[in-house]
Amino acid sequence: MSVRYLSCGDTAFTVEFGNEISPEINGRVMALHAAIGHAAAGELLGVVETVPTIRSLMVSYDPLATSRARLEPEIDALIARGLPTETASRHVSIPCCYDDPEFAPDLAEVAERTKKTTEQVIAGHLASPFKVYVLGFMPGLAYVAGLDPSLFLPRRAQPRVRVPRSSVAIAMDMTTIYPFESPGGWHLVGRTPLWMFDQRREQPVFLAPGDWLSFQRIDRKTFDRIAREVEAGTFDWAALVSGA
Amino acid sequence: MTAALKVVRPGLFDTVQDMGRIGFMALGMPTAGAMDRIALRLANALCGNPAGTAGLEIGVMGPDLLVEADSVRIALVGPLSPALIEAPQAPTKPLESDRTHVLKRGQILRLGMVDGSSTAYLAVAGGFALRPFMGSLSTYARAGIGGFQGRKLAEDDLVPLAREQAPAGDDKKLARPFDYGSGPIRIVWGPQDDYFTERGRHTFTAADYRVSKEADRMGIRFEGPTIEHAKGADILSDGIGPGAIQVPGAGLPIVLLADRQTVGGYPKIATVASVDLPRLGRLLPGQTVRFTPVAVGEAERLRRDQEARIARAIADFKVARPPGGIDLVRLYEENLIDGVVY
Repeated sequence: MSVRYLSCGDTAFTVEFGNEISPEINGRVMALHAAIGHAAAGELLGVVETVPTIRSLMVSYDPLATSRARLEPEIDALIARGLPTETASRHVSIPCCYDDPEFAPDLAEVAERTKKTTEQVIAGHLASPFKVYVLGFMPGLAYVAGLDPSLFLPRRAQPRVRVPRSSVAIAMDMTTIYPFESPGGWHLVGRTPLWMFDQRREQPVFLAPGDWLSFQRIDRKTFDRIAREVEAGTFDWAALVSGA
Repeated sequence: MTAALKVVRPGLFDTVQDMGRIGFMALGMPTAGAMDRIALRLANALCGNPAGTAGLEIGVMGPDLLVEADSVRIALVGPLSPALIEAPQAPTKPLESDRTHVLKRGQILRLGMVDGSSTAYLAVAGGFALRPFMGSLSTYARAGIGGFQGRKLAEDDLVPLAREQAPAGDDKKLARPFDYGSGPIRIVWGPQDDYFTERGRHTFTAADYRVSKEADRMGIRFEGPTIEHAKGADILSDGIGPGAIQVPGAGLPIVLLADRQTVGGYPKIATVASVDLPRLGRLLPGQTVRFTPVAVGEAERLRRDQEARIARAIADFKVARPPGGIDLVRLYEENLIDGVVY
């Protein structure tokens, strides 16, 4: 499969693997992201960082240490050596409370528009094989695709001015978790007691591109207990993560 | 008591910035960092600091800072008209910019307005005693992180200093203001120049574009003729590099700068060459620019040349005359150059 190199000035370029949303294309993006991250000492000198998105990888470089003319063949060679089709991914379990109307103000509307009961909407969200494709727009905001197709809806016609932090929302084929209170146009179906961004943590951003994600239903009492632990900084985050 | 600069009157948008928070774009973390990296580097070099030390970026109007330390050496770089207030009620004395000064406890530094540019920089010898966040002291105010409490400075803030006293040594100054260049802003086509018609690309490089009022650390919205799209204004979101010029459906260009988001879904017609990014970081609403294309290799060469000129500017620092004193070294040098003794 050939790639396109797109210029982003003289400090970055984008390696584009295709122009559609597919797990296969994104797998190659993530594989190149990992391969550049693990490049041996002396290889790919001058690369500063890489930014994976759904179908392309942006490579930032220092034009004082290398050049586009030097890097492009190096990356071609890396791709020609063969990228793994599946990179090791973590599996992350996100506790989510769907039962409080304050947390899930759009659940009834989503059920009505998809001709389901609210329980069926929740079951669909819980069963969806979610994967984190991109983080962006704000620190820690993940675009997570894989929603049950029977729950696809466009964004709300009237975005909310204020969506509370840690709201769990759906729109199109995706779900997301708001890392900060912010404006937002997605449908709010639940809330997690977790903070997707917490600057007190050594790794302030919880999710990473390539993570598999599933939601685990909790009641309000459990929500409150976890929320207290997260607030106090005593919550055991590692227990939510398995795999690489 | 810890050494600090106390904000007795805040400016408009003063934030602690270094060369940016590098390596976390994949997690959605904007790099932030100085809008004009050249001025911050010169300010650090004047103070004898390593190049990556954080300084204070002064946006449009600077604060009044009270020295709460035995002494502090500061460097100011940029078109400022700073002044020194020796004691409360004392008259203000003008200070020069583009040089260092040693200030003493109880003195107030009035930074004043930045003239003809949107940014200027203050560095302190030894740097600020602040904790880096994700490897950087750059403030990213939208998420409330980095720098001083994740925000612009406000009244009564105590910005802690790493040194209690100014280091020994002469004050230094730039031999001349750094030449940022003039003429059109150099751009490299792409990543999505193919989303625009031939006519759209011609419009973009042939017309004048004016900086609108919507200009901040995130980016600059320009006003001017609209740029024609060829196949819509939506792409699958991809990475946004520094200086990316996105053109939403309305057809007007937005140049994305230090606090830009990491990914976006509008097509990007071109990207500002890194040599000219500091010029973008200095633009004010109402100013007009033109864009002209260069090849990637040419942009890289221009940047390397600029780095050599920055190194030369640092090598050419002069000893600065102490306030009120006579700078014999400078007098002697200037006489030699001019060949005339006045």
